[in-house]
Amino acid sequence: MTQHSRRFEILAQRDINRETFVEPWPEVGLIVADSPFDPSPSLRIEGGQVAELDGRQRADFDMLDLFIAGHGLDLAVAERAMATPSLQIAHMLADINVPRDELLRLAAGCTPAKLVEIIRHMSVLEMMNGLAKMRVRRVPANQAHVTNKREHPALLAADAAEAALRGFAEVETTTGVARFAPFNALAILVGTQTGRGGVLTQCSVEESLGLRLAMKGLTTYAETLSVYGTERSFVDGDDTPWSKAFLASAYASRGVKVRFTSGTGSEALMGHSEGCSMLYLEARCLVVTRGAGSQGVQNGSISCIALPESLPGGVRAVLAENLLASLLGLEVASGNDALASHSAIRKTAKLMLQFIPGTDFIFSGYSAIPKADNLFGGGNFDAEDFDDYNVLQRDMQIDGGTRSVAEDAALAIRRRAALAIQAVYDELGFPPISDAEVDAAVYGHGSADMPARDVVADLAAADRFLAGDQTILAAVAALIRRGFGPEAANILEMGRQRVAGDYLQPAAIFGRGFQVQSGINQPNDYRGPGTGYRLEGERWDEVQALHQVRSPRDFIADRIGAPLGQLAELGPARRGSEREVIVAVGPAFGVALTQTIGGLPHEDVLAAILTGVAREGLTARIVRVYQSSDLAALSHAGAELSGSGIAIGLQSRGTTMIQKRGLARLHNLELFPQSPSLTLETYEAIGRNAARYAKGQATTPVPVQVDNWARLRLIVKTTLLHRRETEMIRDQPPAELAFDWEPDV
Amino acid sequence: MTKQNHTYPLMDHAAEDLRASSGRRLADVTLEAAAAGELAIGDIQIDADTLRAQAAIARQAGYTQLAANLTRAAELTAVPNAEVLRMYELLRPGRASYDDLVQLADALEGAHRAPASAALVREAAEVYRARGLLKR
Repeated sequence: MTQHSRRFEILAQRDINRETFVEPWPEVGLIVADSPFDPSPSLRIEGGQVAELDGRQRADFDMLDLFIAGHGLDLAVAERAMATPSLQIAHMLADINVPRDELLRLAAGCTPAKLVEIIRHMSVLEMMNGLAKMRVRRVPANQAHVTNKREHPALLAADAAEAALRGFAEVETTTGVARFAPFNALAILVGTQTGRGGVLTQCSVEESLGLRLAMKGLTTYAETLSVYGTERSFVDGDDTPWSKAFLASAYASRGVKVRFTSGTGSEALMGHSEGCSMLYLEARCLVVTRGAGSQGVQNGSISCIALPESLPGGVRAVLAENLLASLLGLEVASGNDALASHSAIRKTAKLMLQFIPGTDFIFSGYSAIPKADNLFGGGNFDAEDFDDYNVLQRDMQIDGGTRSVAEDAALAIRRRAALAIQAVYDELGFPPISDAEVDAAVYGHGSADMPARDVVADLAAADRFLAGDQTILAAVAALIRRGFGPEAANILEMGRQRVAGDYLQPAAIFGRGFQVQSGINQPNDYRGPGTGYRLEGERWDEVQALHQVRSPRDFIADRIGAPLGQLAELGPARRGSEREVIVAVGPAFGVALTQTIGGLPHEDVLAAILTGVAREGLTARIVRVYQSSDLAALSHAGAELSGSGIAIGLQSRGTTMIQKRGLARLHNLELFPQSPSLTLETYEAIGRNAARYAKGQATTPVPVQVDNWARLRLIVKTTLLHRRETEMIRDQPPAELAFDWEPDV
Repeated sequence: MTKQNHTYPLMDHAAEDLRASSGRRLADVTLEAAAAGELAIGDIQIDADTLRAQAAIARQAGYTQLAANLTRAAELTAVPNAEVLRMYELLRPGRASYDDLVQLADALEGAHRAPASAALVREAAEVYRARGLLKR
C-alpha cells in the first residue's frame, strides 16, 4: 500500500493499539482455557486414598497432585461430585434457586479438571450471577494499595488515613527497598487507624520478613503467599504446598489473617506451564490453597493480567478464576490491581465483571495513590480515578466499597495522620519528620510533592527497629503521651482483636466499631431478587452523596433576576404589515427568567435580533406566546401573526428558530438548538436572515458552532429552565410587547 | 480461654474468657496499661485455646481445611519466633535432608506437642524424597 487510510492511522494511535494481541500457543501455555494438553477430569479412590487424579495414576503424581489428593478434596463427597455432570453443576451455579451451601459441598469433591469443565459451560453473564451468589461475605468490600516511591512515612500515613476514610477495608503496602518494611508497615498502621479504626493492614515482603513484621504487631493480614499450578514453577517460587501450609499456620499462630495469591498466567510467564491452560493451572492452585487452609485467595491474574489479556477469552478466564475460588469457599480479592490496559474503556469493562457481582474485595489493591507511586507495579485504577469510581457506584446502585470524600475532610484526616506518625518517630527516636514534611504530606498528591529524606539514616533506624525489642506497643504508648488518644486506642484495639482472632475466619473485615463481618456471622445469602445484600438505606445515601453533587435548585438561581423594565405588555397581538418580522418569545422571557442558558441577558439578545432585522431595513415586533413553552409552537404562533409570514421563535433559555407561515410545525427555515454556543453576533445574524427571508431574498443560513458536549454538560440546567418556562404557560392569546430600545443602525 | 465457647464472634460472646498468649486477661489489655508501659507483645497475641476455639467455629461452618490450619496454628503459638522461622525455612524446597525433616517432625511432636504440624512435616519428608525436593 502506498497510500494509507487516515482512519486507520487514527485507530493505530488509540490506546487500545498500544497493547499486544496474540493467537493461542498451547505448547508454551499461551492459552487461557481448554488447552489440548489439559487433562480430562477423573478420580479413583481406593482404600480411602486417591489412586487416580485427572487422568494421572498415583505413582505419577507430582507434588501438587499429592497435596491435592491429601488435603484438597473432600473424599466423602468426591464420588458424588465427580459423577454429577459438569453441565448440571454449571446450571446449579447460575441458578439462583440453588443455595450456596449446596454448591460448596459439591465443589469440595471436584478435581481441578472437573472445576474447569464446569466453567466451560458458562458465559460471562452466568459466571457473574454465580459469583454474586458464591461470594463468601454478605457485603462486598475493597482493598487499597498505599505506597510511594520516596517511601516517605508522613505521605504513607496521610494516604493510608485518606484510604481508610474513603472506605477501604484493607490497606496493603510494600517496599521499594525491603529494609523499609517495618517503617512502611508502621506508617500505614498509624495512618489507617487514624482514618478509621478496624482497617486491616499488611506489608507485602519476603515471607520470613513478613512473619517478623507480624510478630511485632505491625500487620494484621498477609496476602502474598504465592502458589503456582505446576511443580517447577512452585519450586521456582521457592516454596512447596507444605511449606506454604506451614507458613499459613505460622501466620495464624501470630494472629494474622492469611490469604494466598495465585492467578492465571504466572506459570507460562515462569516458563513452566507444561502446555496446560492458564485456567486449569489456576484451578490446581485454588485446590492447593483450600487444602493448605488459607481462608482466601488473591486471584484474577494479578500481576500477570496482561498475559491472559493478550489472548482470546482472557478477561472471561479471569472472572472464571474468581468464580472458582468462591466456589471452593475461598474469600476472593479479585485482582484489578496491576495495569490491565492502556485503554480506559477496556480497563473499565474488565472491572465490571467483578464490580457488578461484587466480590469480597473487588480490588486486591485499588491504588489509593497515583500510579507513578505504586510500588506493586499496580494502579489500574488509582487516586486520580477516585471520583470516576464513586460515580460508577452511584450510577448502578452498586456497593464498590468506597465513598466520596470532601476536600476539607481529606485534608483534616491527612494532617492528623501525618502528625501522629511525626509524634511516633519523635518519641521512638527515629529520624525526625519536620513540620514542612507534614505539610507536604497533607497537601501533596505523591512523591513528587515530598521533600527528600535522609534514606541512609531512615534505613539504619528501620534496621534497629526490626532487630530491637520495640513493638507496636511502643507506638501506642508514644501516641498516648503525645495526645493521640483515639489513634492509640484504635491501634491497641487491633491488638486486642488479634487476641480474639475473629478476623482469622473467612472473608473477615471490620465494620464500624470493630464489628467483625465474615463468612461465619455474615455469610452471603443472595438468592435472587429481593434477597442478599442490597445497596440501600444509609450506605446508599452515602454512595449518592458525591462531593460534586449540587442541589438542582441552584442551577437556575442566577438565571432569575428582576423582570425587564424595558419590556411592557401592550395587549393582544394582531397580524401586522408585510415589512415586519415577529420575534415570538416564551412565557417566562424577561419575567420569570432574564438570561439565556449561556448567560446572555434577555434585553441584549432582543437588541441583537432587532438590530439584525433593522440592518435589512425591516422592523420587528415582539410578541409573547403564553400557551406553550415549546419552540416549534412559539415559532408557529409568531409566523401566524407575522405580516411577512416570517417569525423568530425565542425560548427564555435562548434556543431559537426561524419559521415561515405554512411550513409544517416541526419543519423550519433555520434551527439553532445549541443555545449555549449562541453569541450576540449570532442572534444579530439570525435577525438579519429572518428579515431577508421576509423580503424574499436568497439567504445563506447562519453558521453555528457545533458542540455536541453542550447537551451533556447542560442538560440539567436545560431541564430546569424549560420547566420554569413551562410553569409560566397561561391560557391566553399571544400579547404584543413594547421593547424600550432604539436600533443603533 | 478457660472454657470452650464457640459462639462467634468471640469478642462479643466470650470476651470475659479471652486471654492473650501471655496469660493476661483481655479485659486487662487497656489503654491505661499501655500508657503505663505494662504491656508486652504477648499481651496482644492470640493464645492456643482461642485458636482452637476459632478452629472449632470454622469446622462447624464447614471450613474443614481452615480449621486444620488453625489447629496447627494453635500448636505453633508455643514455638518461639526464631524457631518458627527456622522451621519454615527448612520446609522450603532443597533446604533439608530427609532426616532433617523427620527430626523436625519428631521435635514438633515431642518437645512442642504439635502433632498436627508434625504430621504435615512428616508428609512433606515423604513427598520431598519422592519428588527430588530434598537438599542435594
